[in-house]
Amino acid sequence: MATPEMRAVYAETLIELAEKNPDIVILEADLMKATGTGVFKEKFPDRAINVGVAESNMLSVAGGLSAEGKIPFAATFGCFAARRALDQFFISCAYAKLNVKLVGTDPGVSAAFNGGTHMPFEDLAIMRAVPQIDIVEPSDPVSLKALVKKLAERKNSAYLRLHRKALEPIYDASEQFEIGKAKLLKNGNDICIVALGGLMVRESLRAHAMLAEFGIDAAVVDALSLKPFDRETIALAMQGKKLVVTAENHQINGALGSAVAEIIAEQGGPRLVRVGINDEFGEVGTEAYLLERFKLRGEDIVQRIREVLKK
Amino acid sequence: MTSEEKKHLEDAACDIRILTIDAIGNLGVGHIGGAMSIVEVLTVLYMKHLRHDPKQPRWDGRDRLVLSKGHAGPALYSTLAYRGFFPKDMLYTLNRGGTNLPSHCDRNRTPGIDMTTGSLGQGLSAASGIALALRMNKNNAKVFAIIGDGESNEGQVWEAAMFAAQQKLDSLIAFTDYNKMQIDGMTHEINDLGDIEGKWKSFGWHVLRVNGHDVEAIDNAITEAKQHTGKPTMIILDTIKGKGASFCEGSLGSHNMTFDAAKAAEAIAKLKEAR
Repeated sequence: MATPEMRAVYAETLIELAEKNPDIVILEADLMKATGTGVFKEKFPDRAINVGVAESNMLSVAGGLSAEGKIPFAATFGCFAARRALDQFFISCAYAKLNVKLVGTDPGVSAAFNGGTHMPFEDLAIMRAVPQIDIVEPSDPVSLKALVKKLAERKNSAYLRLHRKALEPIYDASEQFEIGKAKLLKNGNDICIVALGGLMVRESLRAHAMLAEFGIDAAVVDALSLKPFDRETIALAMQGKKLVVTAENHQINGALGSAVAEIIAEQGGPRLVRVGINDEFGEVGTEAYLLERFKLRGEDIVQRIREVLKK
Repeated sequence: MTSEEKKHLEDAACDIRILTIDAIGNLGVGHIGGAMSIVEVLTVLYMKHLRHDPKQPRWDGRDRLVLSKGHAGPALYSTLAYRGFFPKDMLYTLNRGGTNLPSHCDRNRTPGIDMTTGSLGQGLSAASGIALALRMNKNNAKVFAIIGDGESNEGQVWEAAMFAAQQKLDSLIAFTDYNKMQIDGMTHEINDLGDIEGKWKSFGWHVLRVNGHDVEAIDNAITEAKQHTGKPTMIILDTIKGKGASFCEGSLGSHNMTFDAAKAAEAIAKLKEAR
């Protein structure tokens, strides 16, 4: 498989779904070019609704569409999805027990040149407080395709954190996915890294390889879903380890790091190190610069682990 | 409209007003002001225009109603009870723990409620989404939405205004309950709506304006709106906050107020006397 843009996979999956199900519709807020759903609009012009730069309206319109049985996928940058339109998603969609799939693109440092105003480091923490929704962050084209299909099958509202840019596949095309299920990517005896999202799963796999050189055998888990959170798989992966590390392209408070801390606090577990954004705002730069600036690289993960293990 | 028909509608409005005052008075507190100001429009809709079947609240052929000013729920609940969606006794459960009649409209709790509302500004957008979905589904049902004048401070109302006009949602007929009051004062002193008709016209809507307590004028406006094509319609209803509740009619304090069963009984007696 060549390296596809995640947004292309998103759009192609929606087309596939829409061909079978006339209720699939998409909503965009003047970011159709960024989301890459123009191809959907070409195929289904009447089922692609561009509301203009009006995210709040988009989410309440989506609620109305869902009230009549449509399955809206409404996309915008994650910063606007989680901040600008939160109340509309909360009341018109989730609280109303409707079926709206909110898609927040450009997670964390992947917002790169759009800079701090457009860099959601908090969207997952915000969304995690919304009752009864699903939250997923696929890590590659295979998991993205599968999880978008699974989201479409479910009747509740959801937040899909979508990396738009190209990502190499991690999974075999035949791999099966479920909402609320994590994947153990690497077995390991010493420590466990739980990662979320395309960038951090890759950085964690790099860390896994680097740690081997220091004689540290690290298990790696791709969390994939934040809600429901796969406590079972993650607790099992942490069992007997000296250390568990969470790795997220997001604030360390409120999302993955907190979810794992809750497991440890409630049912016991190893010491926790949270890699992610530590109470900072985003800023502008290349993705590579920002990964380094916010200490999200495999190298940074390794350093944090070695500091704690004194190895 | 014949004088009998007019009397019939006015009597129904009186009954619905009484049910609403009684229900809120039974609890002792509630959003009486903005409930009273929409009684006539609800009456004309449910007695004459809005296709519905109380036995099948989710009947696909029904016309939809979104009460965007969701705090006026009690007036809509009384109307629904009056039409037989549920027993009138249920009105006494208003806002009590475990009720299916919460202060703000909830589509998952109350038979006949089409959309959950309560966070102001969202209902017109949701109604637009419903109208859009109905058009996609080739369902010719109408969508009615009622928004408040205070609610029209919300920017989202104007996002929806642009959107519905852009999409040419002519099955959408909205009303502004223009009672000129909001929680903290007169609307013109808080955030003046100014030329409200001009605003809606400039957003691409078909606009009508009538006395919101005149059942015949409301009926005529809805009849015209239903025939209008190519644009959504906004009917501005000039209303009086607290209309018909003698203890609070036209009073700024009526948005959400306490009053006891004795006050309610007094107001109800006056309404019965006047009919």
